[in-house]
Amino acid sequence: MNARILLLALFLPVAALAQGFAGLGQETEGFTLPDPDRDLTFPVDHGAHPDFRTEWWYVTAALTGADGRDYGVQWTLFRSSLAPGGPQVWMAHLGVTTPDAHVSGERLGHDETGQAGVSVAPFEAWLDDWHLVSDDDGIGDLRLEARTAEAGYELTLRAEGPIVLHGENGYSVKSASGQASRYYSQPFYTVTGTLHLPSGPVEVTGQGWLDREWSSQFLEADQAGWDWFSLHFEDGARLMAFVLRGDEPFRYASWIAPDGTTTPYYGNALSAEPMGVAEVEGRDVPVRWRLRLPQRGLDVTVAAVNAQSWQDTLFPYWEGPVRAEGSHPGRGYLEMTGYE
Amino acid sequence: MNRAALGALLAHWRRHPLQLLTLVVGLALATGLWTGVQAINAQARLDYAEAAATLGQDDLPRIEGDLTLADFATLRRAGWPVTPVLDGTPLGMRARVLGIDPFTAPQNGATPDLTDTADLTAFLDGRLVFAAEGTAVPETLPEVRRLPDIAPGLVVADILAAQAILGTEQIDRMLILPEARDDLPPLADLLPGARRVEPEAGGEIGRLTDSFHLNLTAFGLLAFAVGLFIVHAAIGLAFEQRRPLFRTLRALGLPASRLTLLLAAELVAFTLIGGALGIVLGYGMAALLLPNVAATLSGLYGASVAGGLTLAPTWWLSGFAMAGIGLAVAGGQSLWQLARLPVLAPAMPRAWARARLGTLYRQGVGGLVLLAAAVLVAVFGTGLVAGFVCLGALLLGAALLLPPILSAVLALGARRAKGALTQWLWADTQQQLPGLSLALMALLLALAANVGVGTMVGSFRATFTGWLDQRLAAELYVRATDEAQATELRAFLDGRVDAILPIVGTETSLEGAPGDLYGQPDHSTFRENWPLLDSVPEVWDRLATGEGALINEQLARRTGNWSGAEVDLGAGERREVLGVYSDYGNPRGQAILTLDAFHAAVPDVPETRFALRVAPAEVPALAEAISARFDLPAEGLVDQASLKGFSLDIFEQTFAVTAALNVLTLLVAGFALWASLTTLGTMRLPQVAPVWALGLTRRGLALADLARALILAAFTAVLAIPTGVALAWVLLAVVNVQAFGWRLPLLADPGGWAVLSLWAVVAAALAAALPVWRLWRMPPAQLVQVFAHER
Amino acid sequence: MLLRTRNVDKSYETAGGRQPVLSDVSFDLAAGETLALTGESGSGKSTLLHLLAGLDTPDRGTIEVEGTDIAAQDDAGRARLRRGTVGLIFQQFNLIPSLDVRNNLTFHARLAGRDPGDVDALAGRLGLSDHLRRYPEQLSGGQQQRVAIGRTLLASPRLVLADEPTGNLDEATGDAMIALMREMVRETGAALLMVTHSARLAAQLDRRLHLRAGRLAEGAPA
Repeated sequence: MNARILLLALFLPVAALAQGFAGLGQETEGFTLPDPDRDLTFPVDHGAHPDFRTEWWYVTAALTGADGRDYGVQWTLFRSSLAPGGPQVWMAHLGVTTPDAHVSGERLGHDETGQAGVSVAPFEAWLDDWHLVSDDDGIGDLRLEARTAEAGYELTLRAEGPIVLHGENGYSVKSASGQASRYYSQPFYTVTGTLHLPSGPVEVTGQGWLDREWSSQFLEADQAGWDWFSLHFEDGARLMAFVLRGDEPFRYASWIAPDGTTTPYYGNALSAEPMGVAEVEGRDVPVRWRLRLPQRGLDVTVAAVNAQSWQDTLFPYWEGPVRAEGSHPGRGYLEMTGYE
Repeated sequence: MNRAALGALLAHWRRHPLQLLTLVVGLALATGLWTGVQAINAQARLDYAEAAATLGQDDLPRIEGDLTLADFATLRRAGWPVTPVLDGTPLGMRARVLGIDPFTAPQNGATPDLTDTADLTAFLDGRLVFAAEGTAVPETLPEVRRLPDIAPGLVVADILAAQAILGTEQIDRMLILPEARDDLPPLADLLPGARRVEPEAGGEIGRLTDSFHLNLTAFGLLAFAVGLFIVHAAIGLAFEQRRPLFRTLRALGLPASRLTLLLAAELVAFTLIGGALGIVLGYGMAALLLPNVAATLSGLYGASVAGGLTLAPTWWLSGFAMAGIGLAVAGGQSLWQLARLPVLAPAMPRAWARARLGTLYRQGVGGLVLLAAAVLVAVFGTGLVAGFVCLGALLLGAALLLPPILSAVLALGARRAKGALTQWLWADTQQQLPGLSLALMALLLALAANVGVGTMVGSFRATFTGWLDQRLAAELYVRATDEAQATELRAFLDGRVDAILPIVGTETSLEGAPGDLYGQPDHSTFRENWPLLDSVPEVWDRLATGEGALINEQLARRTGNWSGAEVDLGAGERREVLGVYSDYGNPRGQAILTLDAFHAAVPDVPETRFALRVAPAEVPALAEAISARFDLPAEGLVDQASLKGFSLDIFEQTFAVTAALNVLTLLVAGFALWASLTTLGTMRLPQVAPVWALGLTRRGLALADLARALILAAFTAVLAIPTGVALAWVLLAVVNVQAFGWRLPLLADPGGWAVLSLWAVVAAALAAALPVWRLWRMPPAQLVQVFAHER
Repeated sequence: MLLRTRNVDKSYETAGGRQPVLSDVSFDLAAGETLALTGESGSGKSTLLHLLAGLDTPDRGTIEVEGTDIAAQDDAGRARLRRGTVGLIFQQFNLIPSLDVRNNLTFHARLAGRDPGDVDALAGRLGLSDHLRRYPEQLSGGQQQRVAIGRTLLASPRLVLADEPTGNLDEATGDAMIALMREMVRETGAALLMVTHSARLAAQLDRRLHLRAGRLAEGAPA
C-alpha cells in the first residue's frame, strides 16, 4: 500500500482545486458544523472532536539557540474523519528550521490500532513516538518530542498567559458566506529545550504558540490557500492574522494584549502585502510581507528567517520562523499554503 | 522501377510456397518459443514480485512472537518503525487473507488504489478487500475489488478487517522498516516475549525460482537458436536461388543499392509477419503452459503465480526484437554476400564445401575450447551463474564440434567404402554436411537437452521416491488440535497400533538462519529407514543417549559442517553433527534431536503430532476410527500413501513444463531438419541426375537420400548422448547444489537414451520423407531437364 | 544390330500445347560403327540421345538395344541398361562433385560391376595423370570433359552416346579425343553415336544422320 496515494485521498481529493487547499472546502453532509452558541469548555475541548471532519493541534515556536542563531520548530497533529462516524485518520508533521536549513517530517496512523490519538486526562496528543504531553489535564505545561532520522527536538512549553479565543467566542469565520471553525490558541508559551540537528544538539529558548482548530468545512470552494501569521511582539502583545485567498480575499486578525485580552478585526482593518518573493521548490512564494493593522498602529515588515522553509510533505506548504521589524519588532511564525 | 523489381523478387515466393512456409514458420516457431518462455517468466516474476511486495517480507527483518495490535502500538510509540502483518487462511477458504496497515506498510508494496475517499473508508471499515483476478473468495467476505497487481491467491484487507475475518485478536508479525533509528529502546524491554528475525540471505523464493527461470530462459534461447537455423537456411536458399534474377535485375539497370534496399524491406516484412505469428504462438504456448508453471512454483517453492497471463509489452516487444535480430543475422549475411559477390559467380557447391574446411577447423578448435572452459567452470566455478555458464559452454561446444566430427566420420566412411555406390553415398553426405550442419546442431542440442533433462528427472524421481519411502516410514500421521486432545488420542491409540512416535518441532535459528528443530524418539522406524548421507559410527546409539544432532543436507552444505563438526542449533544449542540426511524439497535448514533432548532444550512444546506404526491393511479402519472418535483439524490425519501421492504429484508437476519444452524443442529441431533437407533436395537435383543417368533408379537414389538422413541423425544421436549425460551431470551436481542445496546421484538410463536415439532417427526419417518421396516419384522428364537446362 | 530404332515419336507438353519433338525416327547402328548426329538447335538431337540412353521413353515406336526394347522396360530395367550397356557423355560433363578424379573415372565401371582396368594408363592418354586426386571443380572445362569421356570409356559400354563431347576442347585435343573414342569403340566392338554441330567432326565418323524439325535425313544436310 502506498501511503502517498492514501494521503492524497485523505487531504487532496480529485477535485482538490475546487475544494480549497487540502480538501478543506469539501461538502459537510453528515458532519457536525461549528455552533457559535456553544461555549468552549476545557479540558474537554483540548481533546478530539470526531464528529467534525478535520481538526488539528498545532505548535510553532520561534527560538534562539545557545549559539545565538535563530531557529524555528513546528509540530502538528492532524485528525481527519473519513466519513461521519467513520474511521479517524491521523497525520503528524514536523518542521525544524535553521537560518540555512529546513527539515520536514511526516507520520501517518490510524487510531484504532492505538498508534495515534488524543487523551484529555492527562492531556496527550500523539502519533507514534511524536507527542505533545502534559502531566495533568491542562495545557499549561507541555512536553513536545518528535524526531526523524535527520532532526528532532525535545522541548518544554510553559504558558505564561491565558488561553485566547479567536473570532466570536472561539467561533472563527473563514469566508463571507459563513464557513467557520472553532479556534482557540495558547500564545504565551515560554519554550526551552534541545534541538537535534544533523550537526548535533543545540540548546534553545524562545516563545511558542499552540493553535487548536476544528471544523467540517474551513474554506469556501474558491479559496485556494491562506497566509497565516502568529507574532510575539517585544512589548508583550501578540497578533494572529490570516488572509484566505479566494475570489474575494477574506482577512482576519486577533490582537492579543499582553494580558490576553483579544480583539477581533475583520476585512480591510488588516492589510497584508507581499513585498518580495523567493523561488522555493520551483514556485514563487512571498517570504517578505508588510503587515498593517492601523487601528493598533501596527506597521511591520515580516521576513522569513529562512526563505526555504518548505514542508516537503504530502501536501506541501511553506512554514517557518519570521522576524518582524517596524512599529512592533518581534518574532513569530508564518504559514503559507496553496502556492502552486 | 521499384514496383516491377519488387514484383519480380516476390514472384519467387509464389513459385516456392514451401520455402515461404519454411521461412515464416521457422521464424514464427523461433519467436514463439522465445516469447512463450519470456511470457511465462515475466508473468511468474511479476507474480512473485507482487507477492513479495504485498507481504513486504522479502528482505525486511521482522518481529515474531505472541503479538497483538497493542504490541504494535507499543513499538510505534517507542519509535520503532514497524508495520503489522496478519496472514492466514480462514476455515473453508482457499485464498490467504493478508491483513496490512495501510498507514505504515512499506511504500514499495503492491498498491490497492485507495485514492477515492469512499474506498479508503470502506477499506478501513472492513467493507472492501482486494484480490487478484481469479482468486477464489467466499461470499462471506465483504466487497472484493479485483486488482491485477495483487499476488494471486491473496486477499488483501485492512489489518482490523483481517482480524475479524480470521477471528483472531492476534497479528502474525511486524516488519521492521528500513528507516529504523539506531538509538531505539531495546525490543526486549518493550516486548519481552517477542524476537527479532533477520531475513534469510538471498531471499529463499527468489533464489529457488531463479534457477527454474534460468532453466526456462535457457530453453527459450535454445529454441530460438534452433529456429534461427531454420530461418538462416530458408533465407540463404532464397537468396541463392534468386541470384540469376538479381543478376538480370541489375543488368536491366536496377542499382545494387536499390536491390539491397528492396531485399532489406522484404526481410523487415518477414520480421513483422513471422514475429507477429510467433508472438501469437508464444502467447498460446504460455497460456497453455502457465497453469503448469504456476502449479510447479506453488507446489515446489510455495510461490504464488496466477494461471492467467497479462499481455506485457516487454515480452512481445522482445519477441519482435528477437525476430528482427534473427532475420538480420540470417539475412544480413546474405545481403552482405550479395553486395560483395561478383554478379556472374557460378554456383560451385564443392568449392563452397572445400572453403568450409577452414570453417570446420575453426569450429573444432572453438568447440574444444568451450568444452575445456565448461570443465574448468564446473571444477572451479561457484554459484548458480557458474553452473549455467558451464551448461552453456558445454552445449555450445558440443554443437560446434558436431560438424567437424561428422565430417571426419564421413570422410573415413568414404575412404573405407568398397562399392562405387556406398563410396558416393558417404562422399555425397559429407558434401551435404555444410547445408545440414545447422539443422544437425539444432538436433544435437534438442537431443542433448532431452537426454540431460530426462536423465536428471529420472535420477530425481528415483532418488525422491526412494527417499519418500524412507522418510515416510510410518503408515499414518495424526495431529491433535491441542495437548488435551493429544493425551486422549494417545490413550485411544494405545494397543490399537504397534507404535506411537511423537513428532515435535519448533522454528529456531540454525547457524544464524531460520530453520526447524525437531525431536523424535529412538525407534527402529528411524534407525532402519532414515536416509543418512554421512554419519559418525554408532550414530543412532549416540543420538539415543541425547548427544549430538542430525542435520539435513541443505544445512550441511550451506555451513560446510558435516559429520563430526559442530553446529549452532539456536534453541538446540551447539551440538556435534552425528549424521546428515537428505531432505529434498525443503529449502530450509533442519536439525533433529532425540525427543528428550528436544524437550530439555525447548520447553513447553506440546506433543500433538504422532507417526503411527500399524499394519498397512489396518490403516483405513484405524483412520476411520480416529476421525469418527476425534474432531481433528483439517489435514489432521494423513496416511502415508496419500502423502506420498501428493509429494509425487508436486514432483511430476515440477517437470511437466520442462518435459513439454523438451518435446517442443525436439519438434523444432525436426522441423529444421525437414526444412534443410527439403531445400537441399531441390538444390541437389543437378548432382543427383548424373548418378541417375549413369544407371541408378530413382528408388535407389531416394533410398540413398533416406539412408543419408538416417546416418546423419544416428551419428548426431550418438554424439548427443554423452553431451546429454554431461548436461545431466552439470544439472545434478552443479546447478542443483547451487539452487536447492542438495546433490542427487546420476542414474544412467540406457533404455531411455536408446528410445530417444530411435526417436531422433524416426524424426530424421519423417523429415526426409517428403524430399525422398519427391525424388522417388520424380518424372524422368524432370531429371532430364537437368541436362536440357544446360543448352 | 546393336541399336534398332523404329518409328519413334516424342512430344512434350508446353504452355502452347503438345509440341512434337521427334517424328517417326528410324535408324540402325551396328557394333563397331560410329555415327554422327547433326541438326540445328531444337531439332531434337538431345531428346533422341536421352531416349536412346533410356533416360526417357518414346511416346510411340521401339528402341532396341542389343535386342531389348527400352520402352518396354521398367525403371529398374532402364537403370540396368544405363548402368551396363549404355555410356553417356554429357555436354556439361556431369561429374560427381563429391568424388575426386580417380573415383569419377572409375565410378561408372564400378557401378556396372566391371573392373575399370588400368586407370593410370587411361589417365595418361587423357592427360589427367597429374589431376587424379583433384576434385571436378578444380579442373578446367576441357579437363572435366576428358574425365567424362574417360569415365565412359572405362565402363566399356556397348553403346557410347556422346553429346558434343569435344565442345570445350581445342581442335587438336578434340581430334585426339575423337580418335581415342573411335579406337576404343573399335577395340571393344561397341557403337558410337555422337551429337555434334561440327561438320568437320562429323566427317571423321563412319556415318552421319541429320535431324530437321524432328525428322531424320540420312547424309549431309542439303
